[in-house]
Amino acid sequence: METKTALITGGSRGIGRELVDIFLESGYRVIATCRDKTKSKFMENKNLTVENLDISSKDSVEEIQNLVEEIGVDILINNAGITNDKLFLRMSESEWNDVINTNLNGVFRVTKLVMKHMLKKKWGRIINISSISGAMGNPGQTNYSASKAGVDGFTRSLAKELGSRNITVNSVSPGFIETNMTENIVNEEIIKKIPLQRLGKPSDISPLVLFLASDESNYITGQTLVVDGGLFMK
Amino acid sequence: MSDVLNKVVDIVCGQLSVDKADVNPESAFVEDLGADSLDTVELVMAFEEEFDVEIPDDEAEKITTIQSAVEWIEGNS
Ligand SMILES: NC(=O)c1ccc[n+]([C@@H]2O[C@H](COP(=O)([O-])OP(=O)(O)OC[C@H]3O[C@@H](n4cnc5c(N)ncnc54)[C@H](OP(=O)(O)O)[C@@H]3O)[C@@H](O)[C@H]2O)c1
Repeated sequence: METKTALITGGSRGIGRELVDIFLESGYRVIATCRDKTKSKFMENKNLTVENLDISSKDSVEEIQNLVEEIGVDILINNAGITNDKLFLRMSESEWNDVINTNLNGVFRVTKLVMKHMLKKKWGRIINISSISGAMGNPGQTNYSASKAGVDGFTRSLAKELGSRNITVNSVSPGFIETNMTENIVNEEIIKKIPLQRLGKPSDISPLVLFLASDESNYITGQTLVVDGGLFMK
Repeated sequence: MSDVLNKVVDIVCGQLSVDKADVNPESAFVEDLGADSLDTVELVMAFEEEFDVEIPDDEAEKITTIQSAVEWIEGNS
């Protein structure tokens, strides 16, 4: 079988880092991105390419276009994302824009890069790391929830556009996962509300992403799949 | 047939899985050859690659027939 290539944005820490490791272990070729590769330690691996990429910047995304098109990305994992929590009353327009520009516009920019190759191959997987905050709502996260709900809508429309080309598009929505992102916000009160009584780990998310990237998931598209210990039940 | 026309016909037939015998310069991708909207975008991508040109979006929209593709390519390469 040919080796497929996965592009994983925000591969330096947290969920993205776990994804880089599990995809390499599973025999994929991986392009991992972060904003400053000199600051993040990756293990040497012949199947791993690390690139600087700031998804909030159009120029930065354009800089990796040639490389991405040369290698050809079969699986895109839009994982990079930020929070900037504030009560709405105190939120400035720039705090709003930062989060939308990274989490939502960033997904637009990076997904553009991989389209040609997937269309040509008539095979592709786009997996967007969303958040239950998008569907559930969370105080202090109007900007973040809006961005992630936007990602889920993007997922559904793009899934409909690309279905005939055998390209699937899905979102994975984590609940509270132990990473830098949640360091300062998680407390006992939150854990009490989670039926499984604990925070998630990046390794609770990665097997689902690996499955969605595989051929076995080929009849699943346009979905938002929740991994949250039961916190948010629709 | 010109070289460009030949290549365009090849690309269109390959992309849309139609027979060369069913195609003429006036053939419209959507109306005559059954292309959907994504096919037309993919056709433009294929022309760009084959002829090493970049077709701006507003001009790409006007390329709806074999003839209009050939004219654009001959006028711009
Ligand atoms: N942790 C949670 O509880 C949780 C819950 C739901 C959803 N999520 C989602 O899961 C994804 C990963 O989160 P995480 O918890 O793993 O966060 P994290 O530990 O803070 O890691 C974020 C990653 O994104 C990268 N990144 C941030 N801004 C970027 C930008 N402008 N351009 C490129 N890369 C950028 C960071 O890279 P550098 O800083 O090295 O550049 C880092 O690798 C995010 O989309 C997040 O919204 C997380």
